[in-house]
Amino acid sequence: MSDVLRTAGLGKRYGRRWALADCDLRIPAGHVTGLVGPNGAGKTTLLHLAVGLLAPTTGTIEVLGRTPAADPSQLGRVGFVAQDTPTYAGLSVAEHLDLGGWLNPTWDRELAERRVRQLGLDPKQKAGKLSGGQRAQLALTVAIAKRPELLILDEPVASLDPLARREFLKVLMEAVAEHGVSAVLSSHLVTDLERVCDHLVLLVGSRVLVTGEIEPLLASHHRLTGPRRDPARLPSNQEVIEESHTDRQTTLLVRTDEPILDPAWTVEPVGLEDLVLAYMGRDSAVDSSRATLAEVAR
Amino acid sequence: MIQLSWRQFRTQAAVAAAGLAVVAIAVLITGPRVFHLYDTTVAPCQGRSDCGTAEELFVRHYGFLQAALTQLVEFAPALIGIFWGAPLVARELESGTFRLAWTQSVTRARWLGVKLAVVGVASAVTAGLLSLMVTWWTTPFSRVEANRFDPTLFTQHGIVPLAYAVFAFALGVTMGLLVRRTLPAMAATLALFIGVLLCIVFWVRPHYLPPAHTTMPVRAAGDLGFQPVESGRAFRFIIGSPNIPNAWVSSTRVVDAAGHPVSNQFLGTACPNLVPPGSVAGRFPAPTGPFQDCIAKISGTYHLVVTYQPAGRYWIFQSIESGLFLALASGLCGFCFWRIRRVA
Repeated sequence: MSDVLRTAGLGKRYGRRWALADCDLRIPAGHVTGLVGPNGAGKTTLLHLAVGLLAPTTGTIEVLGRTPAADPSQLGRVGFVAQDTPTYAGLSVAEHLDLGGWLNPTWDRELAERRVRQLGLDPKQKAGKLSGGQRAQLALTVAIAKRPELLILDEPVASLDPLARREFLKVLMEAVAEHGVSAVLSSHLVTDLERVCDHLVLLVGSRVLVTGEIEPLLASHHRLTGPRRDPARLPSNQEVIEESHTDRQTTLLVRTDEPILDPAWTVEPVGLEDLVLAYMGRDSAVDSSRATLAEVAR
Repeated sequence: MIQLSWRQFRTQAAVAAAGLAVVAIAVLITGPRVFHLYDTTVAPCQGRSDCGTAEELFVRHYGFLQAALTQLVEFAPALIGIFWGAPLVARELESGTFRLAWTQSVTRARWLGVKLAVVGVASAVTAGLLSLMVTWWTTPFSRVEANRFDPTLFTQHGIVPLAYAVFAFALGVTMGLLVRRTLPAMAATLALFIGVLLCIVFWVRPHYLPPAHTTMPVRAAGDLGFQPVESGRAFRFIIGSPNIPNAWVSSTRVVDAAGHPVSNQFLGTACPNLVPPGSVAGRFPAPTGPFQDCIAKISGTYHLVVTYQPAGRYWIFQSIESGLFLALASGLCGFCFWRIRRVA
């Protein structure tokens, strides 16, 4: 399958500060991809570049094989839900659907109205009076009803309470399954994405630390616990991602595609959150953003 | 996109329509009375010398409404720039809704283009209608004042308010794009609009066309006299601009046939009792006496050369100024199209 997103040497500079630098990335089609990274890693910048709200300073970015926002048809192929799900406070729910219809030739009015009914939103309610969760659902409805090939969501659940968060992701997954669209959603919380994503991109300090489908990714990582020993003496096909030692015991997180044969180890599977934290901990560039790690681990 | 622009603009449009309706009612009710009063009091006295009192009474009778209406025309462009122009883009940037609007199947340039067109046309129509109504209503006042080139009156009448409004609107949009926040953009719009308007009124408008010159007898001067300066031993010959109805007189000089200005020696012999050391200054017109003799002697040798814009150029000046502001507005719009591609 082709890629929904491909970047090469992509960079974006604001004044003298690089929000994203030298980013090489591909995201294949047909997945729900979680774009994970600490705050300030460049996630929002990357997504804004992908929807054409920003233009790159250096490098190239292609979305669905074309330059983002090159023309109306390209704009129509990508649905975007921005951070904090902006809507027009003075326009009603129904008027947001009108807006979608006015601005998108591919607008699926029937779908939009059905979703609003299912969500239990009052069409006459002004968007400014909606709760955060309802507003997010409205923004998602507008993004879905234009019938895009790719949905991009920037921290869609960050500001929602746990219940609204779960509800939003459920609706998102139903839509993705129903219409067969690819989706990319960012979050600084791995746990948000664990349930819904089958593909992961870990972005730290503009660099892609991990990318791949989540299941094989988890299958190739193991937590090893055993008597204390020097990790340098492990078999060459085992890459140590994280290590910790006590006087008598060593705990390692290793990546390998081969089975672990050494009987001295207790081998346990690794969760997505542990895996992400291990990679971020290994990356020296993360040192400066330790503070946000605590948030990631929350 | 037109529907969205209209939907987002319709509250402001309703406010403007209501305002115009109020003005229209006031103008339609009082207008005929103003014309009637003029026709019965001021018009019959034309040609007689005692028009001053009738004119004064007429102007005083409707003076308040006249002031209110003309002020409205004067402020309307600034209000349009502040309340329609500045928030147009700034509010979207401020509230983040540009991320919603600019990721639909409409390019940013088209989004801006349609918004500029819809609200820009509304600005022109609003200011145009307002000026049309007020210009009609004030016709008798303009006849009485006979001073259409006056910097304030010129600005409050005719077609220029429409061009000011379009310019102020474009200026507001530009400030919104640059400042990105609504309130500061509003303030910047007001300050710049007033600045540009004053610059044009005082420094650019006088040069739209090269002025005309005409000669007149000295008696035509609006004011004439001698003014002692410094110790009272020196004096200055002062001359007021002649009253040419609706013309814009920029300077008046007293010269002889060869083009030389009047000399102090000539004045000393022509007006021996008026020129210091007999330090009392005379003023023209004076009923009788030495001052009249003095004027007669000066008139024998000298005449006035008046530099002015004739009354007939009024609409040419209105057109030039309108064209200038519309050109500035389109320049700003062009800048907005360039700028919006770099904003996010």
